[in-house]
Amino acid sequence: MAVAASAVLVVAAAGCGASGSTGGGSGSSGKPTLTLYNAQHEELLKQITPGFTKQTGIKVRMRNGDDFELANQLVQEGSASPADVFLTENSPAMSLVDSKGLFAKVDTATLAQVPKQFSPADGDWTGFAARSTVLVYNKSKVSEADLPASIMDLSGPRWKGRIAFSPSGADFQAIVSAVVDVKGTAAAKTWLEGLKTNGKVYQGNNVVLKAVNDGEVDAGIIYHYYWYRDQAESGANSDNTQLHYFADKDAGAFLSVSGAGVLKSSKHQAEAQEFVKYLSGVAGQRALAASYALEYPLNPAVPANRAIKPLTELDPPLIEISTLNGPKVIDLMQQAGLL
Amino acid sequence: MRRRSRTGGPTGPRGPAGPTGRPREAASALVLVAGTAVALLALIPLLFVVVYTVVIGPHEAWALLVRPRIGELLVNTTRLVLGCMVLSTALGTAAAWLVERSDLPARRLWHVLLAAPLAVPAFVNSFGWVSLTPKVEGYAGALLIVTLSYFPLVYLPVAAMLRGLDPALEETAYALGLGPWRTFVRVVVPQLRPAMLGGGLLVGIHLLAEFGALQMLRFPTFTTAIYDQYRSSFNGPAANMIASVLVLCCLVLLMGELRLRGHQRYARLGRGSARPAPRRTLGRLTLPATLAMTGLVLLSLGVPIGSLVHWLVVGSSTAFPIGSLASTAATSLGLGLGAAVLTTALAMPVAWLAVRHRGTVSTILERSTYFANALPGIVVALALVTVSIRFVRPVYQTSLLLLTAYAIMFLPRAVVSVRTALAQAPPLLEDVSHSLGHGPLATLRRVTLPLIAPGLGAGAALVFLAVVTELTATLLLAPIGTATLATQFWSNTASAAYGAAAPYGALMVLISAPATYLLSTEARRSVTS
Repeated sequence: MAVAASAVLVVAAAGCGASGSTGGGSGSSGKPTLTLYNAQHEELLKQITPGFTKQTGIKVRMRNGDDFELANQLVQEGSASPADVFLTENSPAMSLVDSKGLFAKVDTATLAQVPKQFSPADGDWTGFAARSTVLVYNKSKVSEADLPASIMDLSGPRWKGRIAFSPSGADFQAIVSAVVDVKGTAAAKTWLEGLKTNGKVYQGNNVVLKAVNDGEVDAGIIYHYYWYRDQAESGANSDNTQLHYFADKDAGAFLSVSGAGVLKSSKHQAEAQEFVKYLSGVAGQRALAASYALEYPLNPAVPANRAIKPLTELDPPLIEISTLNGPKVIDLMQQAGLL
Repeated sequence: MRRRSRTGGPTGPRGPAGPTGRPREAASALVLVAGTAVALLALIPLLFVVVYTVVIGPHEAWALLVRPRIGELLVNTTRLVLGCMVLSTALGTAAAWLVERSDLPARRLWHVLLAAPLAVPAFVNSFGWVSLTPKVEGYAGALLIVTLSYFPLVYLPVAAMLRGLDPALEETAYALGLGPWRTFVRVVVPQLRPAMLGGGLLVGIHLLAEFGALQMLRFPTFTTAIYDQYRSSFNGPAANMIASVLVLCCLVLLMGELRLRGHQRYARLGRGSARPAPRRTLGRLTLPATLAMTGLVLLSLGVPIGSLVHWLVVGSSTAFPIGSLASTAATSLGLGLGAAVLTTALAMPVAWLAVRHRGTVSTILERSTYFANALPGIVVALALVTVSIRFVRPVYQTSLLLLTAYAIMFLPRAVVSVRTALAQAPPLLEDVSHSLGHGPLATLRRVTLPLIAPGLGAGAALVFLAVVTELTATLLLAPIGTATLATQFWSNTASAAYGAAAPYGALMVLISAPATYLLSTEARRSVTS
């Protein structure tokens, strides 16, 4: 019994500790602590949030996960979610949460900070960063003449056993959503089946990059910044490779938008709105541009890092951002045996 | 290791009618209630999987189950599990024979070194290999690495059993004209079968639940596929359906193990006079045998440790963020201790009923907790996420839920230890205590607990060891802001920051080492004691 009693004590203590930290209540300064459900890179947000806390006195804590993991979690938690703000790497997960009516409208002034095409028409969330789809290839395995004109070519027999990608990640899933949007469901399905035959599956874009660099595989589908980050750090995982940008509004030139939104169920609406405003405002975007991230800031007042190919030189397909369909992509990928 | 001790007097409810009779009955009833509650808790994930499969309906379940991906995963999982069980059994048995029955030099050292891979979590071992060469990705590499990680699970019981075998049977075989090799196959192996098969099945059950090692090696199995589904859909139907297939596979192995336990029989009846078996002289084979053992230890222990050291020294992303290292280590230790106390406490009523009140109900309760052996962490976590979000919102995303998951997963380890200890504590002493006027509480505190303390400690140590290296349930259930050594190690390797991952991996191995050492010496003693 003594053991049982002490166990109860331990459990109670653990419970208290936990509820104390999940309460999200007020900090010592009297300001609330915001809870972010963060599907963007954790390191990036760790570089942005200190400035926000310094400016406003509002503390921030994060639950990190993947786009669809956290989006579906928000859907399940519904109005009882502890989250105040939701951030993703890619927009389809934002649309999923939006389709369940869980977002509050983003302040008009905040929406005005980024060009219209980077936010959905209903104004329920806003874009705050963008990343371009690229093909990374090993210079000694693929000659420039061999490079595909369209991402759709990669499902053809010429690329059998030569192409790497990370289907369980939200990045690749967003690229698939663009293919669905630009080429239609049937073509996307055939494409996925071709990739399943041709491709080597890796866990994460960093690993894809490394595999291409090591010559394990000839080329890989990733976002631009993985390559630039490695170049900036040491080039150890990218010096043997080069980037190929698709052009002519090809589905492979897809520019994916990272989104931020305020949950309707948040008990700290004003502070949550303030955070989103900071994120796409000049200060937040400068922090983003100056960080290791090398993603594109969307606020026109803030230029992107000069190392990366300028946003104006990209030629992405024109897509109404809110039409990118997450659940349909997962379904297609399950049918193709990629998930 | 597994023995049913029948020491002590008669068991069962008894006790003289008298002033102490009523509180003791009340205490028994209370224990029964507690035991039932624990069993129900342990059954939550299994019930969840069954109920989910029924609720989703045959049509959708069929659509999610009969698709090429599932076939692919089934093939992958089956050939990996079977391959690893066979290889581990062969390797574990051969190594055990060399250590226990040959004149191989430095046998004590070998014994420790062969048990030591248990202190290196499989995903750290995997990291060790894959960060040095990507050639180990795929089936062959996965088979090699998981075998190197799991063969001690066969080695330890087989070595223990070899020590305990009565050499008389083998001598009889020699006398009847069988050579050494045929004696081994026809006389020794049949006696070792329970340990070999039991160890092999244990390898299979562990492997079905293995996530990190295989994810790193890009070898998809049911468990890694569930995680990928989770990342793409939280607790969506596809993830839950794969979980039900996985549980089915695990149950098949578990049933095999249960059957085996039922039939296991030691040939020897008395234990007084068995001599230690004579050791075979290796002669010219000494050098090859020593080289083989050295190779095995180098591959299973040298590569992961060497790789960790390599990345600690030369990794470009290597950093020693003291604050983060200290706080994650503290979190791992705290969760490990909390889970150890909670799980051992939950094991008490179940074990007590199983030993002191034998009967159908007690057996059912004990078996219910045992089923958790067949529930991989990812299934337990998935079930708890869904159940807590629907029915017990306040515990959702708290460390309490995470501790509960640990308790469910590792309850069998605690129950076995506590049960063994209780069985060896004579109930007569409790009766004496009662007759001297002590109530049930005082008896527990002053008589029973001191008697079974070593057993409780062993159970708690087993749980602690398992929690520190647990990855999947922790990834899914950890409250906001909670990072353990395992999750930090994982997130760093996932972004190919091997140098940054290394300090966390090294700390995990350091924390696991003492408990593993204890286990290896315990396994050596348990047969002779």
